[in-house]
Amino acid sequence: MALASCASFPQVAACYVGIATLVTVDWAKRLEQVAQEDLVMFINACLTCTGQREFYDDAYGQKVSLDFLHDYILGNYRLLYCRTLAAGINHFNQTQIILKLLATGTQTQTQHRAEENQLITATLHNLPSQRAWKLLQQIREHGINNRRARAIAKQYVTTRGERLAFHAVKYRSKLRAIATHNHLNLKQINSELGPELGDFLYRHWPKHFNTPLFEEFRRGFYSASNIYNLPFTVAEGLAVKHNIPRERFLQNIEGQMTAGEKLRLQKSAGKVKAKLDLNPQKLSLTKLALYVLSLDLDIRKQRQHELEQLLQTSAHKTLRKVPFRLGRVAAVLDRSYSSSGSSEKRRRPLGIALAVHYLLQAASQNYQPFWTIAVPEPLIVTPYGQTNLVDPILAAIAWQPDLIVIVSDGWENDPPGGFAELLRVYRTKLDPKRQISIVHCNPVFNANDFTLKQLSSLVPTVGLRDAEELPVVLEFARFAEGTASLTELETYLASRVQHLLASTNLQE
Amino acid sequence: MARKAPLLEEISLKGLEIAPSQVWGNIRLVPLLRQNVRPDLRLFKRDYHSDLTIVSVDKRTRYFSCIPHGLILHWSEDGQPVVATGGQLLTEGNVKDIASVKMQWLQRMVKRETKQSLRLLPLHLAMEGFLSLFFGGPSVAWKNYSKQALSNGLSPRVEWSISGRSIVQLNHALRLFEIHDRQVGVLLFVSEVLASAFVVPTPTDYRALHTSILEDFYGETFLYHGLYGGTSTLNVEIDAEQVHTLDDLKVALKQVRSDWANFQGFMASNLLNVPLQSKRIYRAGPFSLQRFMTTLELKQQNYIGEAILDDHNQLQYLKIYGLSAAQTKRAYLLKQIAAHNWNLERTAQSENDTLAQFIYRLEKVGFGYLVNNQLREQAAKERRPT
Repeated sequence: MALASCASFPQVAACYVGIATLVTVDWAKRLEQVAQEDLVMFINACLTCTGQREFYDDAYGQKVSLDFLHDYILGNYRLLYCRTLAAGINHFNQTQIILKLLATGTQTQTQHRAEENQLITATLHNLPSQRAWKLLQQIREHGINNRRARAIAKQYVTTRGERLAFHAVKYRSKLRAIATHNHLNLKQINSELGPELGDFLYRHWPKHFNTPLFEEFRRGFYSASNIYNLPFTVAEGLAVKHNIPRERFLQNIEGQMTAGEKLRLQKSAGKVKAKLDLNPQKLSLTKLALYVLSLDLDIRKQRQHELEQLLQTSAHKTLRKVPFRLGRVAAVLDRSYSSSGSSEKRRRPLGIALAVHYLLQAASQNYQPFWTIAVPEPLIVTPYGQTNLVDPILAAIAWQPDLIVIVSDGWENDPPGGFAELLRVYRTKLDPKRQISIVHCNPVFNANDFTLKQLSSLVPTVGLRDAEELPVVLEFARFAEGTASLTELETYLASRVQHLLASTNLQE
Repeated sequence: MARKAPLLEEISLKGLEIAPSQVWGNIRLVPLLRQNVRPDLRLFKRDYHSDLTIVSVDKRTRYFSCIPHGLILHWSEDGQPVVATGGQLLTEGNVKDIASVKMQWLQRMVKRETKQSLRLLPLHLAMEGFLSLFFGGPSVAWKNYSKQALSNGLSPRVEWSISGRSIVQLNHALRLFEIHDRQVGVLLFVSEVLASAFVVPTPTDYRALHTSILEDFYGETFLYHGLYGGTSTLNVEIDAEQVHTLDDLKVALKQVRSDWANFQGFMASNLLNVPLQSKRIYRAGPFSLQRFMTTLELKQQNYIGEAILDDHNQLQYLKIYGLSAAQTKRAYLLKQIAAHNWNLERTAQSENDTLAQFIYRLEKVGFGYLVNNQLREQAAKERRPT
């Protein structure tokens, strides 16, 4: 793309040719390599970073760093930036990419416009509703107002179908903001709701709504006893309005809560002596691991059998969705103090390590974990001690696996740089044919240098935010290693795009 | 009867292992690990919530300072494990609000509280020793000294220090530090200059006392080291030629670790294995609490501190304070004067100064008040360009 843009400036192009004849560097190849590295760096960042506080970095630093990276990739590799949407990156970065694409629509080349639109629409439809609605609202906050953005917002609202009434109740302010910003004609947008949708959102409330949910909300708005059939988050606001004590509210609303909401409120419900029965089977593997880690050690020991069963079942369930078989696998898992994460991402790195442990156990024929500080039972693991990766990796190599997966934030300190040196000697002297492949999964984005902290240049480092994404991430590792070319990466992204577009059914 | 612990001649980290350091900003923290932990000695922290603490050192002497916490030492004579002190009676001292300042009165730097426990004021014990150096003033009433010096000695003797909170990044470095499994102590370097060393008897005690390093006080030089210095990256290297099997790699790694330990020991060479002047303060069963000072060298970093040695001559507790350059100068000059029987002329001669120059040096470090005013004026006149 850099060369293509040069063509319109003959002097600059001539300059390029001049240099190329003088210096015997293959510039095309070098450019390709730079592009490949940039992209890998960006995808890795998008796999991990959520702009939240980490153990070593504050939230502001993470946000600034990631924002710069987005702008840099958007400016230089727009098409690939857009295709990253299909690379299995996290929701936070998906919304960032969509926002930035919509804000700079004029820069899209004509031949890529259709693909970009399709990708944005498909991603938006696959996002969890709260994130999608927030994204559409952010379009207004960022002052983005163009035909494409309006069309995308309108299409999202129209395709909600019969769920629109529910969304209108749950995301009232967002939908109202979106309707105002995009000049939506709410009377025609949904035939079932008719003019009631507009009346509901803009407070032209009649004596009685025909739509049951709107009527429920209207009654709940005026009467404290009528809030318990509403979605939890809606009822929560009304409960404050009606001065309902938290304990009583939580007891009565329990039936309306989702598994995620119950998980979120476990601790705070305990404070007001309310008990929320959580059904852990509904949680994803990483969330379940984080839930287990949030329990006291005594409780973990008491319920050890039950919790272990749950984690194993969850791992098998994950594998059923994404079939993934491995041979003899060793895992080097970092449980150092820094795996305690931050106040915003409590114990996340350790939770991912624990979830990866159960996932690999289920996916491989032979499996052996090596923790940085030995732990008798993985269930009672706590963030503790220094990061000593050299001893576990030596033990893992001695066990002779086919694959070693390392889960660590990369801040090695016992001794610093020991892993890189050990691996350099190991790869040059003892295993030059690379019989054991090693992959480093890093759950933490390092804001200072826009990358994930690497352990060694000989080991590919890939971002991992949810243990469930491990199969995708392991596939991506060959690009992080630098052996695959840019063309291969482009093909890989294109295939992911095809897969995403094919699997998304826009007619909800 | 337990063996007596000997007097501390030099700090050696016998029984302790130096582990690779962790760096954040200008702060380098070097963990110290203990091989054999004694069960019969524990150290606990007691928080004081006063703005100013006044300690009666002896009948006529008071020590004034902000003291955020004290340490309580528990031991057993017969080697039995010491248990946690949750339910024991603690004395809070005498605390009063005086004009919005919370003041606290304590008795003595080190005080026996129960039969098997001792309260000590960490670092203040060493600082009190430092302040009381030649505190009595001239031993011979030379006419050069002021009336105040002759009748009150050096009193009031004052030193300034900074709190750990004012060293840039120290709070973050301590928060982000990953405490080792068997860690009982730490060497703290600010811009690669040793600022503090802290050792306690057991790993559990260390975990509880880790953040207390922030509440300690430091020589003001370290404020500038924290602001303007830097740290260097230390690289490890394994000789690939020597490695043929996995076991060779293991051996090489052991070598890497010992290289780290040696080098970091070398970095602390202003403290380790230098001759000390020490004084026994308290004897508790097989343990002896001592305070010490390195020989004062003007050109290098000097330390004062306190330590507990056991009957096997192993460090069970250590806390040091790095003197600032001005503090070193003050102590050095006092030492020189005292060595010459408080005769200023002879001291000046030994320092290759004229009397006027030497008095100027005394004034510069803040000891002008010791010298007779007539002599000061005369010396100032001599210094003036004619």
